[in-house]
Amino acid sequence: MSDFANDIEKLVVEDNERDHPSSSTGLGGFADLVRVLGTSTKTTDKLEALVQYFSEADDRDKVWVIALFSGRKPKRAVNTTQLITWCVEVAGLPGWLFGESYHTVGDLAETISLLLPETVTTNRSVETKPLHFYIDTFRHIEKQDETIKKEFILDSWKQMNQNERFVFNKLITGAFRIGVSQKMMVNSLAKFTSLEASVIAHRISGNWDPSTTTFAELLNESPTITDYSKPYPFYLAYALDEDPETLGDTAEWQVEWKWDGIRGQMIKRNNALFVWSRGEELMTDKFPEYHSLKDVLPDGTVLDGEIIPSIDKKPLPFALLQTRIGRKNVTKKNLQETPITFFAYDLLEYNHEDWRNRPLTERRKQLEILIEPLTTPTIILSPVVEFNKWDELTALRKTSREMGAEGFMIKRKSSIYQVGRKTGDWWKWKIEPLVIDCVMIYAEKGSGRRSNLYTAYTFAVRDGEKLVPFTRAYSGLTDKEFTEVDSFVKRNAIEKFGPVRTVKPELVFEIAFEGIAASNRHKSGVALRFPRINRWRKDKKADEINTLEDLKKMLEVYGK
Amino acid sequence: MPLIEFSDKGLCCPQGQFYIDPWKPVDKALITHGHSDHARWGSQSYLCHSFTKPILQLRLGDNPYQTVEWGETIFMNGVKISFHPAGHVIGSSQIRLEYNGEVWVVSGDYKVVNDGLSGQFEAVRCNTFITESTFGLPIYKWKSPEQINKDIQSWIQQNTADKKTSVITAYSLGKAQRVIQAIAEVTEKIYVHGAIYNVHEALLKAGWKLPTVHRVTYETTKEELAGSVVVAPPSADGSSWMKRFPNYVVGVCSGWMQVRGNARRRNVDAGFAMSDHADWPGLLQAVKATGAEKVFVTHGFQATFSRYLNELGIEAGEVKTEYGNDEEEGLTPSAAGIEDVEKLAEDE
Repeated sequence: MSDFANDIEKLVVEDNERDHPSSSTGLGGFADLVRVLGTSTKTTDKLEALVQYFSEADDRDKVWVIALFSGRKPKRAVNTTQLITWCVEVAGLPGWLFGESYHTVGDLAETISLLLPETVTTNRSVETKPLHFYIDTFRHIEKQDETIKKEFILDSWKQMNQNERFVFNKLITGAFRIGVSQKMMVNSLAKFTSLEASVIAHRISGNWDPSTTTFAELLNESPTITDYSKPYPFYLAYALDEDPETLGDTAEWQVEWKWDGIRGQMIKRNNALFVWSRGEELMTDKFPEYHSLKDVLPDGTVLDGEIIPSIDKKPLPFALLQTRIGRKNVTKKNLQETPITFFAYDLLEYNHEDWRNRPLTERRKQLEILIEPLTTPTIILSPVVEFNKWDELTALRKTSREMGAEGFMIKRKSSIYQVGRKTGDWWKWKIEPLVIDCVMIYAEKGSGRRSNLYTAYTFAVRDGEKLVPFTRAYSGLTDKEFTEVDSFVKRNAIEKFGPVRTVKPELVFEIAFEGIAASNRHKSGVALRFPRINRWRKDKKADEINTLEDLKKMLEVYGK
Repeated sequence: MPLIEFSDKGLCCPQGQFYIDPWKPVDKALITHGHSDHARWGSQSYLCHSFTKPILQLRLGDNPYQTVEWGETIFMNGVKISFHPAGHVIGSSQIRLEYNGEVWVVSGDYKVVNDGLSGQFEAVRCNTFITESTFGLPIYKWKSPEQINKDIQSWIQQNTADKKTSVITAYSLGKAQRVIQAIAEVTEKIYVHGAIYNVHEALLKAGWKLPTVHRVTYETTKEELAGSVVVAPPSADGSSWMKRFPNYVVGVCSGWMQVRGNARRRNVDAGFAMSDHADWPGLLQAVKATGAEKVFVTHGFQATFSRYLNELGIEAGEVKTEYGNDEEEGLTPSAAGIEDVEKLAEDE
């Protein structure tokens, strides 16, 4: 027996020695949880399923479930090409048929789970092993030969039903987006620990490794190990849909520009600096500009703000930030043309003390004292907008685009810094989007709840006699409208290029977007920021749409 | 001249001077089964299986109907015609045509497993076979009818224990009868929507032995509905008709429920991948059993299924038809759906 086989054997033995109640401990219990979370239409049912799972499952599995549902991923032992190759081999199907199936299902893990032959017996002699067993094994086989990996994957598939195969494949291929919010998970954990939900939210954020962290370490009453990098959960605002007059006395409110960057948290603790994005991604090493800040900020400081490129305190378009994201080698030119900065607007920790329960006015005052004397161009104090009457603000809002902002943040001066999205104290008041009328020319099937429906579209504007594609959009129609468009696509498809159908250019849509920038990667020469379908212009014909000239004018006005 | 031509009115047999499942009015229409995308209004005369006749009378009204039994032979202008069980819904038939030693089979909609009501699908040897492909992708593999019935039954029992009303949506001809058979094994409190009640009554009158069901009317009280099972057509899902039920959960019986995304889109509490159409192994089994040299693939995943058949060495081509709405999502008022929507309006 090889060393590897020995290792696996040991894991199995260890596992069998552990005493667990049968049903929800295996992967099957986790698969059932995922099924309920994915199909249940009621929040209370989901919450109940989570609480039930957390009260029965193995501690090591719990840690992984928390990790998976907050966006962490296990080691990727095999790639998707290998998975697909093995799947079609086992199922005895040609590769193209896998492709067709995938385009209809819209999810790789699910496609594989549906194509594999049925498990031979329904009364399986071998129970599936716990969740952490599979994840540990992924780590063990990561560096092993392909034959060993293949043997493990194929053997595992053989022991599983379709539901279990689905979650098993999901563990390999990536994120669990199954309709459970972090908030819901936190609430379910709060139900059977004595910790406050906000404390739990803080504990499970940041930089911890689910393969080495125990459930007790993660959620015990007094943590023994201090993680200095740990960010606070972000406080998120709701959109203000009504007139700001409804907010009452202007003296109670502080207004700031709403910047179009990446929300971030800057932490200086234990003489180290950490910058987190709202997506809980550590950004510190991605932007060398931040390295010098370690010596600028006092220890025990946490700032809330915006990660955004700027020159002379003037923000640069989001499209430029995108040119820096994911770039490994930053050139001198990058640093000069697109310097990444941090617009600070809140103070969450000062002098090693949690300031989140102090009123905004107090936090702001200390923030100003802290930031104003700094000479670095990298941290900028996000200004407070002076105004006396709401209608002044309404007028000022129209200049947002010139300011490089996308509207205002309106915050109650007495507000504490809360956890998650809460209504009442913080509002975002965004400017109206830019819009353009265009015609749909290509369609593709969607994924997830839009599987087997044509819901991803490419749109074109007119350039003389030609139609020039300029953007794709996936959202903005109701389910009913999507079904209607889907049926149009099925009846009016002209040609097929893989999963893409070219469609008779007939349906006109108004596309809304937040910004526009020059782009040489696109045929049209422009790239839109956050495009989505605003409405279906059933009142318009394809010859009444906007032109490429119109787009270029918009680029001239808003894209510089 | 081929025995069957694909015309803008439907499948046409020029030699026999008749059409099969035409979508426009014709003189003589041979009907495979009573679903509204196959049995359409307006033709001068209809030929169908005797089980299909009461369904056509209910849906198309009084017309000249001629009926045959399975395996019985009749001739039209020299073309030898016989009907054979298709296993899709009650009365559903494949139609076999023979002329000058050449045999074609039009299968209509079919499934190869026996659901206990629709008869056992018969493999008919032929030169040319016309097959549907509603679920012509290998991701579609159904559980056995017994297993699916068990799934539905345990879901209902759980709901009853939780004091919830179970609403099951199933197409009014075919799946509704299957579902009713299955749930009658675990409960006597079965209520149905008017559209399903009408089909049920027509079948009872024709001599079918079916479980007792109650029609949901305005007199039906919440107390009666509490903990009961209500069977409704897909178009009733989310309607005001349904919303008045007390504390209910919705389960959808449809082959499309095989894929998670569809169940999530429909926002249902439970999805049961139950279909009256053949799954992928069923389609392949049926095509191979005919021994046909040439296969025409209609409504569904035509391109995919015909390409696969060609790769297996069975010559196959795609044909566009206007069939294939009975498994639709119920969101678009399809030909099949409209009828139920109208019935719904009558009930409102």
